[in-house]
Amino acid sequence: MAYLNSVVWKTYNKRGDTMFNVKQIRKDFPILHQDVNGYPLVYFDNAATTQKPHAVIDAITQFYEHYNSNVHRGIHDLSAKATLAYEESREKIARFIGAKNSRECIFVRGATEAINLVANSYLLPILQEGDEIVLTHMEHHANIVPWQMICEKTGAILKVAPVSLSGELMLDNLAELLSNKTKLLACCYASNVLGTINPVEKIVAMAHAVGAKVLIDGSQATPHVAVNVHKLDADFFVCSGHKMYGPTGIGVLWGKETLLDKMPPYQGGGEMITSVSFDFTEYAPLPLKFEAGTPNISGAIGLGAAVDYLQSLNLNAVLEYESSLLDYASKRLLELKSFNIIGTAAHKVPVISFVHGSIHAHDIGTILDNQGIAIRSGHHCAMPLMDFFNLSSTARISLSFYNTHEEIDYFINALDKVKEVFS
Amino acid sequence: MQNLKELYQEVILDHNKNPRNFGKLEHANCEARGHNPLCGDMLRLFLKIDNEIIVDVSFEGKGCAISQASASLMTEVLKGLSISQAHDIFNKVHMLLTDDNFDMNSLPSLKLQVLSGVRAYPARVKCASLAWHTLVSALKNQQDVAKTE
Repeated sequence: MAYLNSVVWKTYNKRGDTMFNVKQIRKDFPILHQDVNGYPLVYFDNAATTQKPHAVIDAITQFYEHYNSNVHRGIHDLSAKATLAYEESREKIARFIGAKNSRECIFVRGATEAINLVANSYLLPILQEGDEIVLTHMEHHANIVPWQMICEKTGAILKVAPVSLSGELMLDNLAELLSNKTKLLACCYASNVLGTINPVEKIVAMAHAVGAKVLIDGSQATPHVAVNVHKLDADFFVCSGHKMYGPTGIGVLWGKETLLDKMPPYQGGGEMITSVSFDFTEYAPLPLKFEAGTPNISGAIGLGAAVDYLQSLNLNAVLEYESSLLDYASKRLLELKSFNIIGTAAHKVPVISFVHGSIHAHDIGTILDNQGIAIRSGHHCAMPLMDFFNLSSTARISLSFYNTHEEIDYFINALDKVKEVFS
Repeated sequence: MQNLKELYQEVILDHNKNPRNFGKLEHANCEARGHNPLCGDMLRLFLKIDNEIIVDVSFEGKGCAISQASASLMTEVLKGLSISQAHDIFNKVHMLLTDDNFDMNSLPSLKLQVLSGVRAYPARVKCASLAWHTLVSALKNQQDVAKTE
Protein backbone atom coordinates (compact mmCIF):
# COMPACT_ATOMS: atom_id res chain seq x y z
CA MET A 1 0.00 0.00 0.00
CA ALA A 2 2.67 2.43 -0.95
CA TYR A 3 0.43 4.64 -3.04
CA LEU A 4 -0.63 6.96 -0.27
CA ASN A 5 -1.23 10.50 -1.27
CA SER A 6 -0.93 11.68 2.28
CA VAL A 7 -1.20 15.36 1.44
CA VAL A 8 -4.69 14.95 0.04
CA TRP A 9 -5.85 12.75 2.89
CA LYS A 10 -4.50 15.04 5.58
CA THR A 11 -6.46 17.99 4.33
CA TYR A 12 -9.60 15.94 4.93
CA ASN A 13 -8.73 15.16 8.52
CA LYS A 14 -11.26 17.22 10.39
CA ARG A 15 -11.37 15.24 13.60
CA GLY A 16 -7.61 15.66 13.99
CA ASP A 17 -7.00 12.19 15.45
CA THR A 18 -3.40 11.21 15.71
CA MET A 19 -3.98 7.59 16.71
CA PHE A 20 -6.22 5.10 15.01
CA ASN A 21 -8.71 3.78 17.54
CA VAL A 22 -10.41 0.74 16.03
CA LYS A 23 -12.53 0.08 19.13
CA GLN A 24 -14.06 3.51 18.79
CA ILE A 25 -14.49 3.09 15.02
CA ARG A 26 -16.33 -0.20 15.44
CA LYS A 27 -18.97 1.56 17.55
CA ASP A 28 -19.89 3.53 14.43
CA PHE A 29 -20.99 0.34 12.62
CA PRO A 30 -24.07 -1.20 14.28
CA ILE A 31 -24.10 -4.36 12.13
CA LEU A 32 -20.73 -5.52 13.46
CA HIS A 33 -22.12 -6.16 16.93
CA GLN A 34 -24.01 -9.39 16.41
CA ASP A 35 -23.50 -13.13 16.53
CA VAL A 36 -23.70 -15.19 13.34
CA ASN A 37 -24.16 -18.93 13.68
CA GLY A 38 -23.45 -18.56 17.39
CA TYR A 39 -20.17 -16.64 17.01
CA PRO A 40 -19.34 -12.93 16.92
CA LEU A 41 -19.54 -11.74 13.31
CA VAL A 42 -16.19 -11.32 11.58
CA TYR A 43 -16.94 -9.44 8.36
CA PHE A 44 -14.16 -10.05 5.83
CA ASP A 45 -16.15 -9.46 2.62
CA ASN A 46 -15.60 -5.73 2.24
CA ALA A 47 -14.60 -5.85 -1.42
CA ALA A 48 -18.10 -7.18 -2.16
CA THR A 49 -19.73 -4.48 -0.09
CA THR A 50 -18.77 -2.50 2.98
CA GLN A 51 -20.91 -2.04 6.09
CA LYS A 52 -22.56 1.28 6.79
CA PRO A 53 -21.82 3.62 9.69
CA HIS A 54 -24.60 5.16 11.80
CA ALA A 55 -23.95 8.43 9.98
CA VAL A 56 -25.06 6.93 6.65
CA ILE A 57 -28.03 5.03 8.05
CA ASP A 58 -29.15 8.13 9.96
CA ALA A 59 -28.83 10.40 6.92
CA ILE A 60 -31.13 8.11 4.93
CA THR A 61 -33.62 7.88 7.80
CA GLN A 62 -33.53 11.67 8.25
CA PHE A 63 -34.32 12.14 4.58
CA TYR A 64 -37.33 9.82 4.65
CA GLU A 65 -38.59 11.03 8.03
CA HIS A 66 -38.18 14.75 7.48
CA TYR A 67 -37.76 15.93 3.90
CA ASN A 68 -38.55 13.11 1.45
CA SER A 69 -39.51 14.84 -1.77
CA ASN A 70 -38.58 14.88 -5.42
CA VAL A 71 -35.59 16.91 -6.55
CA HIS A 72 -35.27 19.72 -9.08
CA ARG A 73 -39.06 20.06 -9.39
CA GLY A 74 -41.29 21.30 -6.63
CA ILE A 75 -41.17 24.83 -5.36
CA HIS A 76 -42.26 23.66 -1.94
CA ASP A 77 -40.00 23.57 1.06
CA LEU A 78 -39.37 19.82 1.20
CA SER A 79 -38.38 19.67 -2.44
CA ALA A 80 -35.97 22.55 -1.95
CA LYS A 81 -34.39 20.76 1.00
CA ALA A 82 -34.13 17.47 -0.89
CA THR A 83 -32.60 19.22 -3.90
CA LEU A 84 -30.10 21.01 -1.71
CA ALA A 85 -29.04 17.80 0.06
CA TYR A 86 -28.81 15.91 -3.24
CA GLU A 87 -26.65 18.57 -4.85
CA GLU A 88 -24.54 18.97 -1.71
CA SER A 89 -23.77 15.26 -1.93
CA ARG A 90 -22.58 15.80 -5.48
CA GLU A 91 -20.25 18.53 -4.23
CA LYS A 92 -18.94 16.26 -1.49
CA ILE A 93 -18.17 13.34 -3.78
CA ALA A 94 -16.62 15.70 -6.32
CA ARG A 95 -14.24 17.08 -3.67
CA PHE A 96 -13.55 13.57 -2.39
CA ILE A 97 -12.33 12.27 -5.75
CA GLY A 98 -10.59 15.52 -6.64
CA ALA A 99 -12.92 16.62 -9.45
CA LYS A 100 -12.52 20.21 -10.58
CA ASN A 101 -16.23 20.73 -10.88
CA SER A 102 -19.24 18.85 -9.54
CA ARG A 103 -20.90 19.17 -12.98
CA GLU A 104 -18.48 16.43 -14.02
CA CYS A 105 -19.95 14.00 -11.47
CA ILE A 106 -22.97 12.05 -12.69
CA PHE A 107 -25.00 10.01 -10.21
CA VAL A 108 -25.59 6.49 -11.52
CA ARG A 109 -26.65 3.17 -10.00
CA GLY A 110 -23.06 2.02 -9.58
CA ALA A 111 -19.79 1.46 -11.40
CA THR A 112 -21.47 -1.02 -13.75
CA GLU A 113 -23.99 1.52 -15.00
CA ALA A 114 -21.27 4.15 -15.28
CA ILE A 115 -19.20 1.90 -17.56
CA ASN A 116 -22.24 1.04 -19.65
CA LEU A 117 -23.00 4.74 -19.96
CA VAL A 118 -19.51 5.53 -21.25
CA ALA A 119 -19.53 2.52 -23.59
CA ASN A 120 -22.86 3.50 -25.13
CA SER A 121 -22.82 7.28 -25.04
CA TYR A 122 -19.17 8.05 -25.55
CA LEU A 123 -17.56 5.18 -27.42
CA LEU A 124 -20.29 3.47 -29.45
CA PRO A 125 -21.13 6.53 -31.59
CA ILE A 126 -17.49 6.93 -32.69
CA LEU A 127 -16.37 3.29 -32.74
CA GLN A 128 -15.67 1.74 -36.12
CA GLU A 129 -14.80 -1.66 -37.45
CA GLY A 130 -11.14 -2.41 -36.79
CA ASP A 131 -10.87 0.09 -33.93
CA GLU A 132 -9.44 -1.37 -30.73
CA ILE A 133 -10.40 -1.26 -27.05
CA VAL A 134 -7.64 -2.31 -24.66
CA LEU A 135 -8.46 -3.95 -21.32
CA THR A 136 -6.38 -5.80 -18.76
CA HIS A 137 -6.61 -9.44 -17.78
CA MET A 138 -7.56 -8.48 -14.21
CA GLU A 139 -10.83 -6.70 -15.02
CA HIS A 140 -14.14 -7.38 -13.32
CA HIS A 141 -16.87 -8.59 -15.70
CA ALA A 142 -18.39 -5.09 -15.40
CA ASN A 143 -15.33 -3.70 -17.16
CA ILE A 144 -15.31 -6.41 -19.85
CA VAL A 145 -18.85 -7.16 -20.98
CA PRO A 146 -20.02 -3.60 -21.84
CA TRP A 147 -16.98 -3.21 -24.13
CA GLN A 148 -17.55 -6.63 -25.65
CA MET A 149 -21.14 -5.69 -26.40
CA ILE A 150 -20.19 -2.58 -28.37
CA CYS A 151 -17.42 -4.50 -30.17
CA GLU A 152 -20.07 -6.96 -31.34
CA LYS A 153 -22.16 -4.11 -32.66
CA THR A 154 -19.35 -2.39 -34.54
CA GLY A 155 -16.70 -4.95 -35.42
CA ALA A 156 -14.19 -3.28 -33.13
CA ILE A 157 -11.64 -5.51 -31.43
CA LEU A 158 -10.86 -6.15 -27.75
CA LYS A 159 -7.19 -6.41 -26.80
CA VAL A 160 -6.18 -7.68 -23.39
CA ALA A 161 -3.02 -6.71 -21.54
CA PRO A 162 -1.58 -9.65 -19.58
CA VAL A 163 -0.78 -9.88 -15.87
CA SER A 164 2.26 -11.56 -14.33
CA LEU A 165 2.07 -14.57 -12.02
CA SER A 166 2.38 -12.23 -9.05
CA GLY A 167 -0.69 -10.40 -10.34
CA GLU A 168 0.90 -7.24 -11.67
CA LEU A 169 0.00 -5.66 -14.95
CA MET A 170 2.73 -6.25 -17.56
CA LEU A 171 3.33 -2.71 -18.73
CA ASP A 172 5.69 -3.60 -21.59
CA ASN A 173 3.03 -5.83 -23.10
CA LEU A 174 0.43 -3.16 -22.55
CA ALA A 175 2.61 -0.68 -24.40
CA GLU A 176 2.82 -3.06 -27.36
CA LEU A 177 -0.97 -3.31 -27.53
CA LEU A 178 -1.49 0.44 -27.65
CA SER A 179 -1.55 2.07 -31.07
CA ASN A 180 -3.37 4.73 -33.04
CA LYS A 181 -6.14 2.14 -33.48
CA THR A 182 -6.77 2.19 -29.71
CA LYS A 183 -9.86 4.26 -29.03
CA LEU A 184 -10.11 3.53 -25.32
CA LEU A 185 -8.19 1.83 -22.53
CA ALA A 186 -10.27 0.54 -19.61
CA CYS A 187 -8.42 -0.50 -16.51
CA CYS A 188 -9.13 -1.05 -12.83
CA TYR A 189 -7.37 1.14 -10.29
CA ALA A 190 -7.18 -1.86 -7.95
CA SER A 191 -8.08 -5.50 -8.61
CA ASN A 192 -11.00 -7.00 -6.66
CA VAL A 193 -9.35 -10.44 -6.81
CA LEU A 194 -5.62 -9.81 -6.56
CA GLY A 195 -5.66 -6.58 -4.59
CA THR A 196 -3.06 -5.16 -6.98
CA ILE A 197 -2.97 -1.36 -7.15
CA ASN A 198 -2.13 -0.51 -10.74
CA PRO A 199 0.24 2.35 -11.63
CA VAL A 200 -2.72 4.23 -13.05
CA GLU A 201 -1.02 7.56 -13.67
CA LYS A 202 1.58 5.86 -15.81
CA ILE A 203 -1.09 3.84 -17.62
CA VAL A 204 -3.13 6.97 -18.36
CA ALA A 205 -0.05 8.67 -19.78
CA MET A 206 0.74 5.63 -21.95
CA ALA A 207 -2.76 5.62 -23.42
CA HIS A 208 -2.82 9.36 -23.99
CA ALA A 209 0.50 9.10 -25.81
CA VAL A 210 -1.25 7.15 -28.59
CA GLY A 211 -4.34 9.37 -28.48
CA ALA A 212 -6.58 6.89 -26.66
CA LYS A 213 -9.07 7.87 -23.99
CA VAL A 214 -8.92 6.14 -20.60
CA LEU A 215 -11.59 4.86 -18.22
CA ILE A 216 -10.43 3.94 -14.71
CA ASP A 217 -12.63 1.62 -12.66
CA GLY A 218 -12.08 2.94 -9.15
CA SER A 219 -14.54 0.63 -7.38
CA GLN A 220 -11.89 -1.03 -5.22
CA ALA A 221 -9.73 2.07 -4.88
CA THR A 222 -12.05 4.73 -3.44
CA PRO A 223 -12.34 2.92 -0.07
CA HIS A 224 -8.57 2.39 0.25
CA VAL A 225 -6.57 4.87 -1.78
CA ALA A 226 -6.50 8.66 -1.97
CA VAL A 227 -8.04 9.25 -5.38
CA ASN A 228 -7.50 12.46 -7.29
CA VAL A 229 -9.06 12.28 -10.74
CA HIS A 230 -7.70 15.67 -11.71
CA LYS A 231 -4.11 14.66 -10.99
CA LEU A 232 -4.71 11.22 -12.50
CA ASP A 233 -5.81 12.89 -15.74
CA ALA A 234 -7.97 9.95 -16.83
CA ASP A 235 -10.93 10.77 -19.08
CA PHE A 236 -13.49 8.80 -17.11
CA PHE A 237 -13.49 7.46 -13.57
CA VAL A 238 -16.21 5.28 -12.05
CA CYS A 239 -16.98 4.03 -8.55
CA SER A 240 -19.77 2.46 -6.49
CA GLY A 241 -21.13 3.98 -3.30
CA HIS A 242 -21.73 0.72 -1.45
CA LYS A 243 -18.07 -0.27 -1.64
CA MET A 244 -17.09 2.94 0.18
CA TYR A 245 -19.45 2.72 3.17
CA GLY A 246 -22.40 4.28 1.32
CA PRO A 247 -25.69 2.68 0.28
CA THR A 248 -26.26 0.30 -2.62
CA GLY A 249 -27.81 1.55 -5.85
CA ILE A 250 -25.75 4.72 -6.06
CA GLY A 251 -22.44 5.35 -7.79
CA VAL A 252 -20.59 8.03 -9.63
CA LEU A 253 -19.37 8.56 -13.15
CA TRP A 254 -16.79 11.30 -13.35
CA GLY A 255 -15.78 12.46 -16.81
CA LYS A 256 -13.92 15.37 -18.31
CA GLU A 257 -16.44 18.10 -18.95
CA THR A 258 -15.38 18.55 -22.58
CA LEU A 259 -16.16 14.89 -23.26
CA LEU A 260 -19.38 14.69 -21.24
CA ASP A 261 -20.65 17.83 -22.94
CA LYS A 262 -20.36 16.31 -26.40
CA MET A 263 -21.89 12.95 -25.47
CA PRO A 264 -25.55 12.23 -26.23
CA PRO A 265 -27.76 11.32 -23.24
CA TYR A 266 -27.70 7.69 -22.11
CA GLN A 267 -31.41 7.54 -21.32
CA GLY A 268 -34.26 9.89 -22.13
CA GLY A 269 -36.97 11.04 -19.77
CA GLY A 270 -37.78 13.64 -17.18
CA GLU A 271 -35.13 15.65 -15.38
CA MET A 272 -32.67 15.44 -18.29
CA ILE A 273 -34.42 18.04 -20.46
CA THR A 274 -34.62 21.79 -20.71
CA SER A 275 -37.68 21.83 -22.96
CA VAL A 276 -39.70 19.18 -24.78
CA SER A 277 -42.05 19.41 -27.73
CA PHE A 278 -43.04 16.64 -30.13
CA ASP A 279 -40.72 18.15 -32.72
CA PHE A 280 -37.67 18.85 -30.64
CA THR A 281 -36.22 18.26 -27.19
CA GLU A 282 -33.47 20.34 -25.72
CA TYR A 283 -31.33 18.45 -23.25
CA ALA A 284 -30.41 19.78 -19.84
CA PRO A 285 -26.80 20.81 -19.25
CA LEU A 286 -24.44 18.64 -17.19
CA PRO A 287 -24.86 16.78 -14.97
CA LEU A 288 -28.64 16.38 -15.32
CA LYS A 289 -28.36 15.45 -19.00
CA PHE A 290 -27.31 11.99 -17.81
CA GLU A 291 -29.77 11.67 -14.92
CA ALA A 292 -33.08 10.83 -16.57
CA GLY A 293 -35.97 10.12 -14.24
CA THR A 294 -36.21 10.53 -10.50
CA PRO A 295 -32.73 9.70 -9.23
CA ASN A 296 -31.77 7.64 -6.17
CA ILE A 297 -32.09 10.65 -3.87
CA SER A 298 -31.70 8.85 -0.55
CA GLY A 299 -28.78 6.91 -2.01
CA ALA A 300 -26.98 10.08 -3.07
CA ILE A 301 -27.59 11.65 0.34
CA GLY A 302 -26.32 8.46 2.00
CA LEU A 303 -23.21 8.52 -0.17
CA GLY A 304 -22.61 12.15 0.80
CA ALA A 305 -22.82 11.09 4.45
CA ALA A 306 -20.34 8.26 3.77
CA VAL A 307 -17.89 10.74 2.28
CA ASP A 308 -18.35 13.03 5.30
CA TYR A 309 -17.72 10.06 7.56
CA LEU A 310 -14.52 9.05 5.75
CA GLN A 311 -13.28 12.61 5.83
CA SER A 312 -13.93 12.85 9.57
CA LEU A 313 -11.35 10.11 10.12
CA ASN A 314 -7.62 10.51 10.14
CA LEU A 315 -7.37 8.92 6.73
CA ASN A 316 -3.62 8.68 6.76
CA ALA A 317 -3.89 6.62 9.92
CA VAL A 318 -6.71 4.58 8.36
CA LEU A 319 -4.56 3.63 5.39
CA GLU A 320 -1.59 2.79 7.57
CA TYR A 321 -3.81 0.64 9.75
CA GLU A 322 -5.33 -1.18 6.75
CA SER A 323 -1.84 -1.78 5.45
CA SER A 324 -0.86 -3.37 8.76
CA LEU A 325 -3.96 -5.62 8.59
CA LEU A 326 -2.99 -6.70 5.07
CA ASP A 327 0.59 -7.50 6.03
CA TYR A 328 -0.45 -9.34 9.18
CA ALA A 329 -3.15 -11.45 7.49
CA SER A 330 -0.84 -12.35 4.60
CA LYS A 331 1.92 -13.38 6.98
CA ARG A 332 -0.34 -15.48 9.22
CA LEU A 333 -1.96 -17.18 6.23
CA LEU A 334 1.39 -18.16 4.72
CA GLU A 335 2.57 -19.48 8.09
CA LEU A 336 -0.12 -22.16 7.86
CA LYS A 337 1.87 -23.57 4.91
CA SER A 338 -1.21 -25.10 3.29
CA PHE A 339 -2.64 -22.07 1.49
CA ASN A 340 -1.30 -20.15 -1.49
CA ILE A 341 -2.00 -16.47 -1.94
CA ILE A 342 -3.11 -15.47 -5.45
CA GLY A 343 -1.90 -11.93 -6.01
CA THR A 344 1.37 -10.92 -4.40
CA ALA A 345 1.94 -7.53 -5.98
CA ALA A 346 4.10 -5.01 -4.14
CA HIS A 347 1.27 -2.48 -3.88
CA LYS A 348 -2.07 -3.86 -2.75
CA VAL A 349 -5.38 -2.86 -1.24
CA PRO A 350 -6.26 -5.14 1.71
CA VAL A 351 -7.62 -7.97 -0.43
CA ILE A 352 -6.22 -11.50 -0.17
CA SER A 353 -7.31 -14.32 -2.48
CA PHE A 354 -6.13 -17.74 -1.41
CA VAL A 355 -6.45 -21.38 -2.40
CA HIS A 356 -5.80 -24.76 -0.82
CA GLY A 357 -4.36 -27.70 -2.75
CA SER A 358 -7.41 -29.92 -2.35
CA ILE A 359 -10.10 -28.07 -0.42
CA HIS A 360 -12.48 -26.09 -2.60
CA ALA A 361 -13.07 -22.39 -1.85
CA HIS A 362 -16.80 -22.99 -1.33
CA ASP A 363 -16.14 -25.55 1.36
CA ILE A 364 -13.73 -23.14 3.04
CA GLY A 365 -16.42 -20.44 2.85
CA THR A 366 -19.11 -22.61 4.42
CA ILE A 367 -16.93 -23.85 7.27
CA LEU A 368 -15.76 -20.31 8.07
CA ASP A 369 -19.36 -19.04 7.90
CA ASN A 370 -20.22 -21.69 10.45
CA GLN A 371 -17.80 -19.92 12.77
CA GLY A 372 -19.24 -16.48 12.11
CA ILE A 373 -16.70 -15.40 9.47
CA ALA A 374 -18.03 -13.90 6.25
CA ILE A 375 -15.67 -14.33 3.29
CA ARG A 376 -16.22 -14.55 -0.46
CA SER A 377 -15.56 -17.69 -2.44
CA GLY A 378 -15.98 -18.09 -6.15
CA HIS A 379 -14.72 -16.46 -9.32
CA HIS A 380 -15.33 -12.90 -8.05
CA CYS A 381 -16.86 -11.86 -11.37
CA ALA A 382 -13.43 -12.19 -12.97
CA MET A 383 -13.59 -15.48 -14.85
CA PRO A 384 -10.86 -14.60 -17.40
CA LEU A 385 -8.46 -13.92 -14.53
CA MET A 386 -9.42 -17.24 -12.92
CA ASP A 387 -8.67 -18.97 -16.23
CA PHE A 388 -5.27 -17.29 -16.35
CA PHE A 389 -4.39 -18.77 -12.95
CA ASN A 390 -6.04 -22.07 -13.99
CA LEU A 391 -8.47 -21.87 -11.08
CA SER A 392 -12.25 -22.14 -11.01
CA SER A 393 -12.47 -20.23 -7.76
CA THR A 394 -10.56 -18.74 -4.85
CA ALA A 395 -11.44 -17.88 -1.28
CA ARG A 396 -11.04 -14.18 -0.60
CA ILE A 397 -10.82 -12.03 2.47
CA SER A 398 -11.08 -8.29 1.99
CA LEU A 399 -10.44 -6.08 4.98
CA SER A 400 -11.56 -2.70 6.21
CA PHE A 401 -10.40 -0.27 8.86
CA TYR A 402 -13.05 -1.66 11.22
CA ASN A 403 -11.43 -5.10 11.18
CA THR A 404 -8.91 -6.06 13.83
CA HIS A 405 -5.74 -8.10 14.25
CA GLU A 406 -7.68 -10.24 16.75
CA GLU A 407 -10.22 -11.07 14.05
CA ILE A 408 -7.38 -12.17 11.79
CA ASP A 409 -6.08 -14.46 14.58
CA TYR A 410 -9.57 -15.90 14.97
CA PHE A 411 -9.82 -16.41 11.19
CA ILE A 412 -6.47 -18.24 11.12
CA ASN A 413 -7.63 -20.56 13.92
CA ALA A 414 -10.91 -21.13 12.06
CA LEU A 415 -8.95 -22.26 9.00
CA ASP A 416 -7.59 -25.06 11.19
CA LYS A 417 -11.18 -26.26 11.56
CA VAL A 418 -11.43 -26.38 7.75
CA LYS A 419 -8.40 -28.65 7.61
CA GLU A 420 -9.82 -30.74 10.46
CA VAL A 421 -13.12 -31.37 8.63
CA PHE A 422 -11.22 -32.54 5.56
CA SER A 423 -8.45 -34.43 7.36
CA MET B 1 -21.33 -27.15 14.37
CA GLN B 2 -23.99 -29.89 14.25
CA ASN B 3 -25.20 -28.61 10.88
CA LEU B 4 -21.63 -28.68 9.63
CA LYS B 5 -21.27 -32.34 10.61
CA GLU B 6 -24.47 -33.14 8.76
CA LEU B 7 -23.23 -31.30 5.69
CA TYR B 8 -19.80 -32.90 5.62
CA GLN B 9 -20.72 -36.45 6.55
CA GLU B 10 -18.19 -39.26 6.13
CA VAL B 11 -19.88 -40.46 2.95
CA ILE B 12 -19.61 -36.99 1.39
CA LEU B 13 -15.95 -36.64 2.34
CA ASP B 14 -15.21 -40.12 1.04
CA HIS B 15 -16.90 -39.53 -2.32
CA ASN B 16 -15.14 -36.18 -2.60
CA LYS B 17 -11.75 -37.75 -1.97
CA ASN B 18 -12.37 -40.83 -4.09
CA PRO B 19 -15.05 -39.98 -6.62
CA ARG B 20 -16.64 -43.06 -8.24
CA ASN B 21 -17.00 -43.38 -12.00
CA PHE B 22 -14.67 -40.44 -12.54
CA GLY B 23 -13.25 -39.76 -16.00
CA LYS B 24 -14.38 -39.82 -19.58
CA LEU B 25 -16.61 -42.68 -20.70
CA GLU B 26 -15.25 -43.91 -24.03
CA HIS B 27 -18.44 -45.44 -25.40
CA ALA B 28 -20.82 -42.76 -24.21
CA ASN B 29 -23.67 -41.93 -26.55
CA CYS B 30 -25.10 -39.13 -24.48
CA GLU B 31 -23.24 -36.26 -22.90
CA ALA B 32 -23.91 -32.94 -21.21
CA ARG B 33 -22.02 -30.17 -19.51
CA GLY B 34 -23.16 -28.52 -16.30
CA HIS B 35 -22.13 -25.12 -15.08
CA ASN B 36 -22.75 -23.35 -11.80
CA PRO B 37 -22.42 -19.65 -12.64
CA LEU B 38 -22.29 -18.81 -8.95
CA CYS B 39 -18.90 -20.42 -8.43
CA GLY B 40 -17.67 -21.25 -11.93
CA ASP B 41 -17.68 -24.99 -11.36
CA MET B 42 -17.96 -27.11 -14.51
CA LEU B 43 -19.02 -30.72 -14.79
CA ARG B 44 -19.18 -33.14 -17.73
CA LEU B 45 -21.49 -36.09 -17.57
CA PHE B 46 -21.23 -39.13 -19.88
CA LEU B 47 -23.99 -41.69 -20.32
CA LYS B 48 -24.22 -44.92 -22.29
CA ILE B 49 -27.88 -45.57 -22.95
CA ASP B 50 -29.15 -48.76 -24.63
CA ASN B 51 -32.85 -49.27 -25.21
CA GLU B 52 -33.85 -46.54 -22.77
CA ILE B 53 -31.64 -48.04 -20.05
CA ILE B 54 -28.60 -46.29 -18.58
CA VAL B 55 -25.97 -49.02 -18.85
CA ASP B 56 -22.96 -46.91 -17.90
CA VAL B 57 -22.24 -43.46 -16.58
CA SER B 58 -19.25 -41.32 -15.60
CA PHE B 59 -18.37 -37.69 -14.87
CA GLU B 60 -15.42 -35.37 -14.77
CA GLY B 61 -14.90 -31.85 -13.56
CA LYS B 62 -13.76 -29.71 -10.68
CA GLY B 63 -15.88 -28.54 -7.83
CA CYS B 64 -16.47 -28.33 -4.12
CA ALA B 65 -16.85 -31.39 -1.92
CA ILE B 66 -20.63 -31.21 -2.10
CA SER B 67 -20.83 -31.03 -5.89
CA GLN B 68 -18.19 -33.74 -6.39
CA ALA B 69 -19.80 -36.11 -3.88
CA SER B 70 -23.27 -35.49 -5.26
CA ALA B 71 -22.07 -36.30 -8.80
CA SER B 72 -20.24 -39.40 -7.60
CA LEU B 73 -23.25 -40.67 -5.64
CA MET B 74 -25.48 -39.99 -8.61
CA THR B 75 -23.36 -42.11 -10.95
CA GLU B 76 -23.61 -44.98 -8.47
CA VAL B 77 -27.40 -44.99 -8.34
CA LEU B 78 -28.00 -44.40 -12.05
CA LYS B 79 -26.57 -47.59 -13.49
CA GLY B 80 -29.26 -49.95 -14.67
CA LEU B 81 -32.10 -47.44 -14.42
CA SER B 82 -34.48 -46.55 -17.22
CA ILE B 83 -34.69 -42.96 -18.45
CA SER B 84 -38.08 -42.49 -16.79
CA GLN B 85 -36.71 -43.86 -13.50
CA ALA B 86 -33.83 -41.39 -13.75
CA HIS B 87 -36.26 -38.50 -14.19
CA ASP B 88 -38.13 -39.77 -11.17
CA ILE B 89 -34.95 -39.74 -9.06
CA PHE B 90 -34.16 -36.21 -10.20
CA ASN B 91 -37.52 -35.05 -8.86
CA LYS B 92 -37.01 -36.86 -5.58
CA VAL B 93 -33.49 -35.49 -5.11
CA HIS B 94 -34.76 -32.00 -5.80
CA MET B 95 -37.22 -32.42 -2.94
CA LEU B 96 -34.58 -34.06 -0.76
CA LEU B 97 -32.38 -30.97 -1.09
CA THR B 98 -35.07 -28.42 -0.35
CA ASP B 99 -38.01 -29.94 1.54
CA ASP B 100 -37.63 -30.57 5.29
CA ASN B 101 -40.65 -32.89 5.23
CA PHE B 102 -39.35 -35.09 2.45
CA ASP B 103 -39.79 -38.80 3.16
CA MET B 104 -36.33 -40.38 2.93
CA ASN B 105 -37.86 -43.81 2.48
CA SER B 106 -39.07 -42.85 -0.97
CA LEU B 107 -35.46 -42.67 -2.16
CA PRO B 108 -34.33 -45.57 -4.31
CA SER B 109 -31.00 -45.57 -2.51
CA LEU B 110 -30.82 -44.51 1.12
CA LYS B 111 -27.24 -43.31 0.82
CA LEU B 112 -28.52 -40.30 -1.13
CA GLN B 113 -29.93 -38.98 2.12
CA VAL B 114 -26.46 -37.68 3.06
CA LEU B 115 -27.15 -34.86 0.60
CA SER B 116 -29.96 -33.53 2.79
CA GLY B 117 -27.35 -31.65 4.88
CA VAL B 118 -27.45 -28.81 2.34
CA ARG B 119 -30.96 -27.86 3.47
CA ALA B 120 -29.39 -25.89 6.33
CA TYR B 121 -27.19 -24.10 3.76
CA PRO B 122 -29.38 -22.52 1.06
CA ALA B 123 -26.25 -21.20 -0.71
CA ARG B 124 -25.04 -24.77 -1.19
CA VAL B 125 -28.19 -26.35 -2.67
CA LYS B 126 -26.93 -25.51 -6.15
CA CYS B 127 -23.65 -27.31 -5.45
CA ALA B 128 -25.57 -30.48 -4.69
CA SER B 129 -28.02 -30.13 -7.57
CA LEU B 130 -25.51 -29.36 -10.36
CA ALA B 131 -24.91 -32.99 -11.32
CA TRP B 132 -28.63 -33.74 -11.31
CA HIS B 133 -29.48 -30.79 -13.54
CA THR B 134 -26.74 -31.96 -15.86
CA LEU B 135 -28.34 -35.42 -15.89
CA VAL B 136 -31.69 -34.02 -17.04
CA SER B 137 -29.89 -31.99 -19.66
CA ALA B 138 -28.08 -35.11 -20.92
CA LEU B 139 -31.28 -37.13 -21.03
CA LYS B 140 -32.88 -34.48 -23.17
CA ASN B 141 -29.73 -34.85 -25.24
CA GLN B 142 -29.32 -31.13 -25.21
CA GLN B 143 -26.16 -29.69 -26.58
CA ASP B 144 -26.57 -26.73 -24.30
CA VAL B 145 -24.77 -26.37 -21.03
CA ALA B 146 -27.06 -27.08 -18.06
CA LYS B 147 -27.14 -24.28 -15.54
CA THR B 148 -28.19 -24.23 -11.92
CA GLU B 149 -29.40 -20.63 -12.26
